[in-house]
Amino acid sequence: MHGTALILIELGAVFLGLGLLGRLAAKFGMTPVPLYLVGGLLFGSGGMINLEGISEFGEIASEIGVILLLLMLGLEYTARELVTGLKSSWLAGVVDLVLNFAPGAALALFMGWGFVGALVLGGVTYVSSSGIIAKVLSDLGRLGNRETPVVLSILVLEDLAMAIYLPVLTATLAGLSFWGGLRTVGVAMATITLVLLAALRFGPQISRLIHSSDQENFLLKLIGAALLVAGLASAMHVSAAVGAFMLGIAISGSTAHSATKVLEPLRDLFAAMFFVVFGLNTDPTTIPAVLPLAILLAVVTSLTKVATGAWAAKRAGIGIPGRVRAGVALIARGEFSIVIAGLAVASGAVTGELAALATAYVLLLAVFGPIAARFAEHLSRPFLPKRSPSPDAAI
Amino acid sequence: MDFEDTSLPGLGVRREIILASGRRVGVVILRDGTMQLIISQRDDPDACAASIPLSVEEAGAIGAMLGAPQLVTQLSDQHRDLPGVNTQQFVLSHESPYVNQTLGDTHLRTRTSTSVVAISRSGKVFPSPTPGFELNAGDVLIIVGTSAGLEKAAHLINNG
Repeated sequence: MHGTALILIELGAVFLGLGLLGRLAAKFGMTPVPLYLVGGLLFGSGGMINLEGISEFGEIASEIGVILLLLMLGLEYTARELVTGLKSSWLAGVVDLVLNFAPGAALALFMGWGFVGALVLGGVTYVSSSGIIAKVLSDLGRLGNRETPVVLSILVLEDLAMAIYLPVLTATLAGLSFWGGLRTVGVAMATITLVLLAALRFGPQISRLIHSSDQENFLLKLIGAALLVAGLASAMHVSAAVGAFMLGIAISGSTAHSATKVLEPLRDLFAAMFFVVFGLNTDPTTIPAVLPLAILLAVVTSLTKVATGAWAAKRAGIGIPGRVRAGVALIARGEFSIVIAGLAVASGAVTGELAALATAYVLLLAVFGPIAARFAEHLSRPFLPKRSPSPDAAI
Repeated sequence: MDFEDTSLPGLGVRREIILASGRRVGVVILRDGTMQLIISQRDDPDACAASIPLSVEEAGAIGAMLGAPQLVTQLSDQHRDLPGVNTQQFVLSHESPYVNQTLGDTHLRTRTSTSVVAISRSGKVFPSPTPGFELNAGDVLIIVGTSAGLEKAAHLINNG
């Protein structure tokens, strides 16, 4: 069989398989991300079937997947929301960072994976999955709850923190010197400030530049701008993903809304490819060995997330049941933990063991997080204030 | 009474009022324009007992339903000195033959001797609508007339 035919057959089989897995996930009301990872594990190196032909396409596709993931994340937020979030809940953000970065970093140091390993694993345990959590809150009908803005503002801060963390990570992984790294971080910080200011002041103009009523035209301009900005950011060692995130923030209002609609199917396609490629590059036979560690890390960082959410909710004057709900909602980790681990693995600066641990960890918490969120309601019932039954309302 | 707006970063806005009883009632307005009606729980005011997705038309109909009685009460107060004159509100149902027709097409005044003094739509009141006013399903028509006239008007609006 000649090359192209083989690639087409393999790609087709992968996407079809993912589609079927996605359907299975939807049946149980869960996110498809863990299943995509499992799919990748099954077909990768050391897995059941070895897919050779698509590795080159897979690399590029998964890179685009990360760019689209971050671009869409940026589109979700307006610059004003980010600035308000930063002002009003920076303390919760700091508590979140300290409590949830530390366990991963400590474990990596304990395992002897060094400073780079600590930076990577700390990032993996720190960042909750805003995608999974927003969906869970909406599915459970909690958007009107008082603790929900608390949860969302913690997620906003995490996503904003990614804009600083990712350049630091890329610089470290690239083995830049201390001064080189500092320069990169300086460039990143300056860019973020500049983009936020520009978006606050010239948001409508930037949006108008990108906007087009013609769908095809609009899509090309969006993708073109995203790849260009991501590429430039990457050339400056600021991380392609952060460039895309910043572009997403700069686009606002109705343009952002229609951009989300246009990009969604593309994002789904390429992001699925990204998760599969990550799974492909992880040797499934290494997972059983790290599973106990992954479980330990999952338990510890679940507790630290619950503590973070509960603390932030208490500060916002939420009652005990709401604090439990807020804390438990934050447990889910997902796409960004994999983005971080993926960057680390691609650079070759960390051991394969770390990748296996990150995979197992995300698999555990992407599945357990939403389930826990569902049961938090029952968990917190005993804390409800007792009231004498009154006839005025049943609910 | 003031709405209280709370931003839901990345999703939309929660807009609510706090009732005298302490319950929160309001809507979550999502980025894509869809709405959810929310009502807080009695024993846990932070949580919601219900969050019901509403289409734009449904939200409008609920708004009109809640807003119209106030208008009717005002009008009835004004008509108290005129014996025999009543004010009543009618919702234009989806089945009504006058959906997407103009107010003039109903020939309401000629056929029932009543008059439409206002139309409430999506929480907005259109006073003294002209015959060219186009009717939508869910519109609340506020009609003044005699009891007999109003009865006829109700029949006409629903059945043509």
